[in-house]
Amino acid sequence: MALLEVRDLSVTFRRKGERPTIAVDGISFNVEPGQTVGLVGESGCGKSVTSLAIMGLLPSRGVEVGGSVTFEGEELLGRSQRQLDERRGRDLGMVFQDPLSSLNPVVPIGLQITEVLERHRKLSRKKATVEAAELLNRVGIPDPNRRLDEYPHQLSGGMRQRALIAIALACRPRLLIADEPTTALDVTIQAQILSLLSELVSTTDTALIMITHDLGVVAGMCDEVNVMYGGRIVERAQRHALFAESRHPYTHGLLASIPRLDAPRGEKLVPIRGSVVDNIPWSDGCAFAPRCPNSVEQCWHAAPGLVSDGAGMLRCHNPVQAVTTVAEGA
Amino acid sequence: MSRATKIDQLAGVAGRRDLDSDPDRAEDAGVSLAASAWRRLRRSPTFWVGAIVIGLFVLLAVIAPFIAPHDPALRMLESQVSRASNQLPPPQEGHPLGGDQYGRDLFSRVLLGSQQTLLVALLATVIGLGGGLVLGTLAGAFGGWVDSVVMRAVDVLLSIPSLLLAVSIGALFAQQTQFSVILAVAIVQIPIFARLLRGTMLSVRESDHVLAARALGVKRREIVFRHILPNSLGPVIVQSTLVLAMAILDAAALSFLGLGAADDSTPEWGQMLGNAQEFFDSQPHLAFWPAGCIVAVALGFTLVGESMREALDPRQRR
Repeated sequence: MALLEVRDLSVTFRRKGERPTIAVDGISFNVEPGQTVGLVGESGCGKSVTSLAIMGLLPSRGVEVGGSVTFEGEELLGRSQRQLDERRGRDLGMVFQDPLSSLNPVVPIGLQITEVLERHRKLSRKKATVEAAELLNRVGIPDPNRRLDEYPHQLSGGMRQRALIAIALACRPRLLIADEPTTALDVTIQAQILSLLSELVSTTDTALIMITHDLGVVAGMCDEVNVMYGGRIVERAQRHALFAESRHPYTHGLLASIPRLDAPRGEKLVPIRGSVVDNIPWSDGCAFAPRCPNSVEQCWHAAPGLVSDGAGMLRCHNPVQAVTTVAEGA
Repeated sequence: MSRATKIDQLAGVAGRRDLDSDPDRAEDAGVSLAASAWRRLRRSPTFWVGAIVIGLFVLLAVIAPFIAPHDPALRMLESQVSRASNQLPPPQEGHPLGGDQYGRDLFSRVLLGSQQTLLVALLATVIGLGGGLVLGTLAGAFGGWVDSVVMRAVDVLLSIPSLLLAVSIGALFAQQTQFSVILAVAIVQIPIFARLLRGTMLSVRESDHVLAARALGVKRREIVFRHILPNSLGPVIVQSTLVLAMAILDAAALSFLGLGAADDSTPEWGQMLGNAQEFFDSQPHLAFWPAGCIVAVALGFTLVGESMREALDPRQRR
């Protein structure tokens, strides 16, 4: 049994007098213990909403969540906040994008770690403080005992993110969701944080859902990658397969828009035309069709289904041929 | 603009803490909100003028019993009072400001009046702040119907002009004492604090670190008291200094209108001003001294409050 099973998860935002916005439109994926799964896509494709829905952190009013999310066979959707609070922080951890705003500015780092330890592992303040210093040490923060008494603004950006990871991993959750954990950091710090994350999850056998728009991050970390577009998964592949032979024109476009050091001189970057449109109607056809270089007549009338394609899954009427290289395909 | 909208705007300004994470302000990252506010406060002449004025009056209130030349309740110049010809004791040797209509030494009364006035303002603000914190926290923490009930009650109170409300509350007491003045002034302040705190808490509630705390399964009680409330107190602290000024004026107004303490042996500026009214033609200095003191100390608190508000405004942080 998978650790986390997401089945037909859908999230709809409803506002009075406006058309409902479908942010997530029936996505399904599994996460096995110790596995790292990527959710990749542009801003607005529904990745963050997916993670909030799994954690039960979406507001209760104006949001409709459908489908099912089971963690160790136990349904999470429809649980009360009180019940979810027992799981959150203990079994499910989360690391957010911006480490400064995700830490309480008026509470010292140490207290923000011990708070979780006292809450879920019922440690005394004294024991929790010892444990907190140990955690900070493990995430590579030097002189942890001094840092415990410092406030978030006294730490550097990289250290803040390390502290956030320490907080998220304090109770050794079995699943960690990292929502763009490196976006707000310098490139050098990004690499450190990513290697720290992958080291921690592999030594503790924690499963990781990595949410990112950065294919470089995916290349380094994920075992399986789900590419999302318009609230649906458009391609699923094992890491190496995705980079070697991506089939969906969207994935292809994402790869083509990354600068490559080994590209021949003078080769232009190929951006994907247009931008993500809110409330894309998958019902009338493929949501990516307006921006797709490969679109055919059929794309405008019928939404493609997610079909198994060898080791992965693909949602496309006219996929890129497996043999074409990135430059020719775009 | 209604008072309610003004308060909400103030809450909005202070609630915009997320500006702190703006990358353009990265140079600010090493400085806490309080430290950078103090840095700007220190450079503000407005703040220093206000602080010095307040400091002088507080000092005066402390040392008044020792430097006052006479007992403020003693009718030592009564022989010089002639109600028939509207004659009051003029300034003379040992009585630099003369005497009031009962022949009490005016100079001593002005000095000792600082005690009552500051005490009333302080207590009224503390009680108002306490009540406002309780109501505001209730509304801001629970939301939903609790929020609606509390806020509608607050709106009703806010819709009545503050002085009128204070007068009505003051008149409810069978016996007018200093305490009834304090309570009347305090109750007027409660809705202002409640609304301000609630507005700030609502905006802090949506901030990233509260979401992060929820993602850790932190209990609701701790989310409110450790993660939301401490981050919402900035505007309330600023408002307290402004309310001190308002409380001084309101308390003086109540005393002036005859709703102050019935027993006037303990001097209080508002009451002295009220008593001086009937001699305003012949003895204007009787009104001038208490009135001048009221204006000066209220101005002091206003200046400090305004400069604190500017210093704490995150839009000005640099």
